[in-house]
Amino acid sequence: MPPATPTEAPPEPAAPADAPDATRGDVAGGVGHSAGRPDSTLKVTGEFAYGSDLWMDNMLWGVTVRSPHPYARIRSIDIAEALATAGVFAVLTHEDVPGEKTYGLEVADQPVLAFDVVRYQGEPVALVAADHPEIARQAAKKVRVDYEVLEPVTDARAALGHATPDLHGDQAGQVTELSRAAPYLHPEGNLVRHLKIRVGDPDPVADVVVVGEYDVGMQDQAFLGPEAGLAVPDGVGGVDLYVATQWLHVDQRQICAALGLRAEQVRLSLAGVGGAFGGREDLSMHVHGCLLALHTGKPVKMVYNREESFFGHVHRHPAKMRYEHGADRDGRLVYVKAEIYLDGGAYASSTPAVVGNAGTMGLGPYVVPNIHVDCYGAYTNNPPCGAMRGFGSVQTAFAYEAQMDKLAAQLGMDPVELRVRNAMAEGSPIPTGQVIDSAAPVAELLQRLRAMPLPSDLDGADLRHLPGGVSNTTHGEGVRRGVGYAVAYKNVAFSEGFDDYSTARVRLEAVAGAPQVTVHTAAAEVGQGLVTVEQQICRTELGVDTVVVHPKDTQVGSGGSTSASRQTYVTGGAVRAACHRVRDRVFALAAAYLGETLDDLRLEGGNIVSQTRGAVGSVADVLGTEVVEETTQWRHRRTEPIDPETGQGFAHVQFAFAAHRAVVDVDVELGLVKVVELACTQDVGKAINPDAVVGQIQGGSTQGMGLALMEEIQISEGKIRNPSFTDYLIPTILDTPPMPIEVLEYADPHAPYGLRGVGEAPTISSGPAVMAAIRDACGLELTKVPVRPEHIVDGGADREVSGTD
Amino acid sequence: MEFLAATTLSDALAAKREQPEAVPLMGGTDVMVELNFDRRRPPALLDLTGVRELDEWSMDGDVVRLGAGVTYTRVIEELGQALPGLAMASRTVGSPQIRNRGTVGGNLGAASPAGDSHPPLLAAGAKIELASVTGTRTVSIDDFYTGVKSHAGRPDELITAVLVRSARGPQQFSKIGTRNAMVIAVSSFGLALHPDVKRVRTGIGSAAPTPRRAVEAESFLSSALEEHDLWETRAALADSLVREFGERVKAAARPIDDVRGTAAYRLHSLAVMARRTLGWAWADYAGGTA
Repeated sequence: MPPATPTEAPPEPAAPADAPDATRGDVAGGVGHSAGRPDSTLKVTGEFAYGSDLWMDNMLWGVTVRSPHPYARIRSIDIAEALATAGVFAVLTHEDVPGEKTYGLEVADQPVLAFDVVRYQGEPVALVAADHPEIARQAAKKVRVDYEVLEPVTDARAALGHATPDLHGDQAGQVTELSRAAPYLHPEGNLVRHLKIRVGDPDPVADVVVVGEYDVGMQDQAFLGPEAGLAVPDGVGGVDLYVATQWLHVDQRQICAALGLRAEQVRLSLAGVGGAFGGREDLSMHVHGCLLALHTGKPVKMVYNREESFFGHVHRHPAKMRYEHGADRDGRLVYVKAEIYLDGGAYASSTPAVVGNAGTMGLGPYVVPNIHVDCYGAYTNNPPCGAMRGFGSVQTAFAYEAQMDKLAAQLGMDPVELRVRNAMAEGSPIPTGQVIDSAAPVAELLQRLRAMPLPSDLDGADLRHLPGGVSNTTHGEGVRRGVGYAVAYKNVAFSEGFDDYSTARVRLEAVAGAPQVTVHTAAAEVGQGLVTVEQQICRTELGVDTVVVHPKDTQVGSGGSTSASRQTYVTGGAVRAACHRVRDRVFALAAAYLGETLDDLRLEGGNIVSQTRGAVGSVADVLGTEVVEETTQWRHRRTEPIDPETGQGFAHVQFAFAAHRAVVDVDVELGLVKVVELACTQDVGKAINPDAVVGQIQGGSTQGMGLALMEEIQISEGKIRNPSFTDYLIPTILDTPPMPIEVLEYADPHAPYGLRGVGEAPTISSGPAVMAAIRDACGLELTKVPVRPEHIVDGGADREVSGTD
Repeated sequence: MEFLAATTLSDALAAKREQPEAVPLMGGTDVMVELNFDRRRPPALLDLTGVRELDEWSMDGDVVRLGAGVTYTRVIEELGQALPGLAMASRTVGSPQIRNRGTVGGNLGAASPAGDSHPPLLAAGAKIELASVTGTRTVSIDDFYTGVKSHAGRPDELITAVLVRSARGPQQFSKIGTRNAMVIAVSSFGLALHPDVKRVRTGIGSAAPTPRRAVEAESFLSSALEEHDLWETRAALADSLVREFGERVKAAARPIDDVRGTAAYRLHSLAVMARRTLGWAWADYAGGTA
C-alpha cells in the first residue's frame, strides 16, 4: 500500500510576470463591477439571433434519420425512394463520409453515420437535405433501413460482467446470467475506464460503520435552444459552419477528420447559444450539415426539435454507488470505501474524464486517512452520457453527503458538526494526495450557513407556498418541515495533465479620436457571461471604456472548452495576458511620443498616467494611426495524470467550494415537496462580476435541486420514455425558492485576480442538501435520486397518519 | 392539409358538415402540439378562433352557459363564484400563456383522461352542448366520455358550450403533479356538494381510460350524510366516514403505470385527495359559507 504522502505541485510553467492585482477594481465596468452584458437588451427583447434563427437565401434543410432501436445490426439501407422525392437534393449514409468514419471527444468510437450496428436509440443512420424542412422530414421516413434487432445491454454492472444486485432483497450482489451474457458493444469490451484510489490501510477498522447504496438517475441539460447550425460550402472544397457549440476548435478537429479536410478548409463561427451545460461538447449536426452542404453545393441548415434534442446530445451519467464510511467515536473519519458505476451509454464521449472526477472528487471535501475507491465507466446500449455541469461530482455528492448524515445519526452528532470536524482546509490532502494550496473554507461555509436565520414557519394562507402549489393538494395536512445541509468541492478546469490553454487577441486603436479595444477569442459564450468578463478585463487592464467583443470563430486560436468552470479563469487569464502585452507596447509608443521613458505608467480613463506626473497623454494621441494587436496563448499551472494503481498525483488545477442549506416542506402523505428556501455559501476567490456570480449560483442551485426533485430521463430497455418538456420536468419559478447567498472571496494566488471557477460547485451541493432536508422531514432513507412521490409514500407506508386530514 | 377558417357559427357548422374529419382548432394548445410533433395529420383544420359566438359566457337562470371558446384565464377571473371547482382546476392548467389560449371546450374536445376540466365538470353535473347544421342537443357529462380520448359528439358536430348550474354548495379540486406548477396531472379529483338535492358528486382524472365519477363512493357518502341528518345539522364528519369515502373513490379508479407515476401511487393519492377535499368542502358547508 502506498503511504498517504502528499503530492506536491510540479514546477510551474513560466510564471506570469506580475502578481494578481485584484485591487484594481475601481474601473467603471471593469473587474469587480457588475457590468451589464453586451447582449442583454437583444436577449430580453427577443431579438438575439440564436442558432435556430440562422438563415440564408436558397438554403436547404437537413434532417437526420435515426435508429428506433437501442441495439441492432444494419442489414441494408435503401435510400432510393427518399432520394426520388421531389425537393430532395441529397440522401447520405456512412458510405458518403469521406474521412474518418468515427469521431469522439476522447475516444473516436462514435460513427458519423452508423454502419454495421446501431448502439443506441436515436443514433444517426442517414441524412436528407431538401428545399423545405417538411419535405426533408417526410423523405426521411422513406429511407428504408433493414435492422436485425438485438437484445440491448442496459445495466452498467452487467455490461462489465460484474455482480448485479438482487433487485428484491438486501443480499449481496451476484454475477447473474445477465452479467455473464453481456456482449462486447465495442471491440475492446465494455469498460471505458476503471479508476482506483488506494490510500493507507487496506483493512481499516472503525468504531462506527455506515453502509449505503445510492442510485442517481439520468439528468438532461435541458437547454432551451435546441441544436442548430448552418453549413455553407465555399465553392472550392471547404466549408463555413455557424453552429451553437461549446468548443469551436475541438469541433473543428473532429469535423476535419470526418471530412478529410484541413483546418483552414473548415472554418467555424459561433452561432447564438441558448444554454449548454455540457450538452454541446460533443458534435451534433456539425459533420452532418457540412456533409450535406459539400455534397449539394448549397447552404444547409439543421435544427433539432425538442424531441430530437433529447436524442441529439449526451446526458448526465446515471450512477449506482455503494459507500462504506468508518469513523471513530468522536466522528473523525477513519476510512471510506466506495464503488461507483457510471453508465456511459453507447459511446465514450467524455466518460473517461467524468470517471476521473467522480473517482477523485467522490468522497467530498473531507479528510480521509484510508481510502479504497473503484470507479467504473461502462458502455451500454443506453443513451450516450458525457459532460454536464458538475461532471461526475454531482452524482457522488448525493452518496457521500447521505453517508455523512447517516454517520451523524449513528453517532448522535449534529450533521453540520460532523462535517466541520472532518472538513478539508488549506493544507489538507485530497484523496489523490494533492495538497490544497489555497483557501479551502469548508468549515466556514457550513458555519455561515448555519448562522443564517431560518425561514418562518409554514405559511398555509397562500397555496403557492405549500407542497403541490395551486394544485390544491394540502392546506397543511401531512406537511412536515425538514432541514438539510450539504457541501461540495469541484476541480476547476481540465485535470490529469491535460494541456489546457486559451488564446486571446486584443487590439487597441483610436477610432474617431477615442481609444477602442477589440477582444477576440474562440471561447464560447453560452449564456454564462464570458463576453462581459472579457470586456471587464480589457477595461481594467487597458483603461479603455469601449470594448468590442469580436464574434467567436476559429480565425483565432483555441479558447478551450466552455466547461469545467474554466473560461473566466483560463480565457480570462489569456485576455489579461494579451492586454499586458498591448499595454507594454503602448508604453513603448508613449516613450517615443514623449521622448523619454517613464517606468511608473499605467493606463486609466483613456489616458497614459504617470504615478508621479499624472496624465502624460491620451491613448488616442499616443496611438495616432497605430493599431496595437497582440495574440497570446495562456495556460494554467500544469497538472499530472494520476497513478493508475493508487490514484495518486497532482491532478487538479484548483478547487471551488460551495455549501447549501435546504429547508423543505414535505407532504408526507402524498410525497410532494416544496423547497422553502435554498441558502448557499460559496467561495469564489474574486467575484469578477458579482451579479453574474450570484446568477451562476442561483442557476446552479436550481439545476441541482431539479435533479433531486424531478429531472430524470426515464429509460426502459434502452429507450427514452419521456423525450419532451411535458414529461421531462425542470423546476419552474414556482418550484424555485428564495436563495439567500453569501459569496466569500478568498483569493487563490495561482489564479488571475485570485478568482475561482463558479458555475459548477453550487450545482453539486444543492441537490444533496434538498435530499437531506426531505429525509429529515420524512424520516426515510430515500436512496434514489430524483426522489419521486411514490418513494416517499411507499417508504412511509407504515407511518401513522392523523385521522383529521 | 386544408385550413378552414370560420367567422360565424353557422359557417363553422356548415364546414364541419362538409368535412366531418376536420379537426376543430381553438387555443391550439393540444392540436398544434400534435401537429408539430407529427403525431397527427388530419386532412383539414377548422379554425374556430374567429367565431365570436363561442367566446362568451352567459347566465340562463342559475345555469352558466360557458361558450366553448372561453379561455381558462377568463374562467378563473370571471367565474370563480359560479363555477368554483372549474376555476380551481383552470388555475392548475399549464402556464399563464397556456391559460390565455386554452379553452374548456378544447379540453372537452380532446377528452384526454388527464384533462383538468373533466373532474370538476363531472362533479358539477355539467351538460355539453353539441351543435350541427341539423340542430343542437345536450349530452350529460356522465355520458360524454366514451373511450380513451373520444367523446359522444358526432363527426358533423361541434362542441359549442358547457352548461353548468351555478354552485349551490362547496366545490373542491385537487391535482397531483411532480412539480408545483405547469404539470400534467398524475391524478386529480373533483368534488361538489349539492345540498339542495342532498347529493355529492365526484370526478376522477388521470386514473382510468376516461375521466369518470366514483359513483359508488358518491352513493355511499350521500346516503351516510342523509342517514345521519348531516345536511341539516352540518355536524363534523366522522373520520371513519371520510376514510371510507377515500377508499371507495380509490376503488373506482383503474389507473396504469406510466412515465408520470405508478398505478399504486395514483390509487393512494386519490384516497388522500378524496379525504382532504371532502374535509375542506364539508368545513365550508359546516361554516355556513356556502
